[in-house]
Amino acid sequence: MTVRVLYFASLKERAGASAESVEVEETADVAALWKAMQEKHPGLREMTTRPLAACDMAYASWDRPLRGVTEVAFLPPVSGG
Amino acid sequence: MIRLQTAPIDLAELVAATRGNGDGAVSLFLGTVRDVNAGRRVLHLEYEAYGGMAEREMERIAGEAISRFGVARVSIVHRTGRLTIGEASVAIAVASAHRAAAMEACTWVIDTLKTAVPIWKREHFEGGAVWVE
Repeated sequence: MTVRVLYFASLKERAGASAESVEVEETADVAALWKAMQEKHPGLREMTTRPLAACDMAYASWDRPLRGVTEVAFLPPVSGG
Repeated sequence: MIRLQTAPIDLAELVAATRGNGDGAVSLFLGTVRDVNAGRRVLHLEYEAYGGMAEREMERIAGEAISRFGVARVSIVHRTGRLTIGEASVAIAVASAHRAAAMEACTWVIDTLKTAVPIWKREHFEGGAVWVE
C-alpha cells in the first residue's frame, strides 16, 4: 500500500522534501515508517529525539498501524502563536 | 471563526463574527511579533502551518473551550507566511455572557494552541534564520 508522507519546518529541511509517496507493508506502523524514512534520508538520522506524528491529520502514537491511513505527517515541536 | 490566513487580521471582523447579543463580554488576545528574542534582534518571522490539520486542531480547542468554560463562542485566526515586527500573528476572541469566563477561556485557548496546533515559526535575524522548536 502507498502512503503520502509529509514533513514540516526543520524536518522538511532535514528530509530535503516536503512530501513523498512511499510504499509500505500492510502491517507497518508509524515507527516502522519513520525508521524507513531515516534510512532513506540521511538528514533525519541525526535527530536525537523522535518527532510527533499525525495520521490523516490527527496526532498518532508510534504504534499506530498504517492500514487504512492515506497521509502521515512528521512534525517538529510546534511553535505557533 | 476558525481560520489560517496570509492577510493581516481584521479585528473588527473577528469581534463581529464572535459576539452575539446575549454576550456582555468579548475577551481578545493578540500575539504580536516582537523585535527581540533570546537577546537577538529579530528582523521578521515566517510561519508555516500544516493546512487542514491546523484548522482541525483549532476547531477542537475552540469546542473544548466552549464546553469547559461555558462561553458562547470562540474564534481563532492564525497567520502564515512572512510577518514583520508589530504585526499580529494570532488573534483569539471569546464571547460570553460575563467577563470572568471569557478571560479565563481566552488564556486557556492561547496556552493550548501553543502546545497543540501544528504551526511553526522561523525567526530571521541579522546573519541567519532558525526554526523555533
